[in-house]
Amino acid sequence: MINKEERKEAIEQWNNQTKVWTEKRGKAVTFLAVSVMILLSFSILIFVASKGITIFTKNNASLADFFFGTEWKPSAVNEEGRPLVGALPMIFGSFSVTILAAVICSPLAIGAAVFMTEISPKFGMKVLQPIIELLVGIPSVVYGFLGVSLVVPFLRNTFSGSGFGIAAGTIVLTIMILPTITSLSVDAIRSVPDSLREASLALGATRWQTIYRVVLKTALPGLLTAVIFGMARAFGEALAVQMVIGNSTVIPDSLFEPASTLTSILTMGMGYTVMGQVDNNALWTLALMLLLMSYVFIFIIRIIGRRREQQ
Amino acid sequence: MNKKLADRLATAVFYFIAGIIIALIAFLIGYILFRGITVIDWNFLTSPPRTSRPGGGIGPQLFNSFYLLVITLVITIPLSLGAGIYMAEYAKKNRFTDFLRTTIEVLASLPSIVVGLFGFLLFVNYMGWGFSIFSGALALSVFNLPLMVRVVEQSLSAVPQDQREAGLALGISRWETVKKIILPRALPGIITGIILASGRVFGEAAALIYTAGMSSPNLNFNDWNPLSPASPLNPFRPAETLAVHIWKINSEGIMPDAQEISAGSSAILVIAILFFNISARWIGRIVHKRLTAS
Repeated sequence: MINKEERKEAIEQWNNQTKVWTEKRGKAVTFLAVSVMILLSFSILIFVASKGITIFTKNNASLADFFFGTEWKPSAVNEEGRPLVGALPMIFGSFSVTILAAVICSPLAIGAAVFMTEISPKFGMKVLQPIIELLVGIPSVVYGFLGVSLVVPFLRNTFSGSGFGIAAGTIVLTIMILPTITSLSVDAIRSVPDSLREASLALGATRWQTIYRVVLKTALPGLLTAVIFGMARAFGEALAVQMVIGNSTVIPDSLFEPASTLTSILTMGMGYTVMGQVDNNALWTLALMLLLMSYVFIFIIRIIGRRREQQ
Repeated sequence: MNKKLADRLATAVFYFIAGIIIALIAFLIGYILFRGITVIDWNFLTSPPRTSRPGGGIGPQLFNSFYLLVITLVITIPLSLGAGIYMAEYAKKNRFTDFLRTTIEVLASLPSIVVGLFGFLLFVNYMGWGFSIFSGALALSVFNLPLMVRVVEQSLSAVPQDQREAGLALGISRWETVKKIILPRALPGIITGIILASGRVFGEAAALIYTAGMSSPNLNFNDWNPLSPASPLNPFRPAETLAVHIWKINSEGIMPDAQEISAGSSAILVIAILFFNISARWIGRIVHKRLTAS
């Protein structure tokens, strides 16, 4: 006969054991899910990088040509026998549309964010916020379609040229990243403590003085992060830009003439080339460059974040 | 007086900016909907596209978009729940967690075309699944996972700490606390996040061009055996989605009524996103009411 005490103890022990086991199992299962993410991000880097460097390792292209050359005909070779992989026009195009879009968009987006938080919070919360959230979700091909059917004809009729080009790409990207920068800026401005505003107003400052001397100054790292996120999105956008930029691999003389970006040439070319050939390998180098640029954007955001923590 | 004038001027400028943005958005959405609605009818929604004659529809593309969305959610929901629970409940504050967070952030900010090309290398070529729904759904999952993990993590972190302490004080394990107490409370936020993410998946095109492909075979909508090649459910057939379709007909330029078809398809996409956004708020609220009994 087992007495009551012993039985109780045994049950408790058994309970504890299964409990420890469930606990361990739970932790292991969730960790497995996290490992999938790590595995994914490393395999993306390895797969894209190993394809991206073949043009240099196998086809003997020169790195300097890639960054500074202006002739993009990967299947042809120059007098030294190296393939013509001058990606400067695309690099130039990508940076132009990204920087121009950020320059046009940031004042508008931050202005809208100030309006939503400082000037008219009720209207901002009830009307603007849902609209901005809706805009974030609108697919990029829809923006591309708007570009083709509204922006390009407008530019063609107003200025000389075909209408396709950096100007059209900039306008489409500006509209695309407006909701991204606005909603992140709203978060940044909201995180400024109210006590700062109250102190400033109590000192006799007007609302505008409070906004630009206290609120925007305090929120600056957050606002910068918002702009960089917007730029990252603009730099990596493929289809909307491809539809309006004209896809000509030259550095254009004007904003209204066909140009190209890394993403546009990559998207178009992949379907027309065969895996393993020189012109296909060259495209993978563009993909690798896009991947590395998105690391750079994250790196900048991290640095800004660390500075903010130190303050 | 000068600074008062500046204050008024600044306020006027902010109203002006807000006004411009609202007008712009209203114009763009109005343009898409009004141009599109004249095209949309039952025939447009159900019939297959025609390449060189006008009058085609978007039936298979619409079906493919929804089918891909469902498969993507089946893959991403369990994975993101697991990873989100780990990040919110188990991850300690150390370097490894920092590294995990950076990894997720990097994945979330990858250009979708890069995700698509990775899918093209790994799923289409290396694994040999070809341009197929399966390859497409996996690429979409790579694109969707980091966003969903963030949603789950944020919803779980928003649950007050005393709920966890109460669970542990009752002598139940951390895993059971998460499963029985924390997760149900975070559910409204998670569901809202999943629906919003669905909207993004539904309209994604760049990740699909080279994974799910740019063509759709003749589908037989009476054949629901997933193994037969003409079945809409067959996961190993190529599947052009609505968003990819808009891009393709605009860049190929053979279809005579490409502009009208794009307008109609864009309107459908915008309506779908509207629907996803509104239902996300609505369902989130209902689940919240049910669970909190208030």
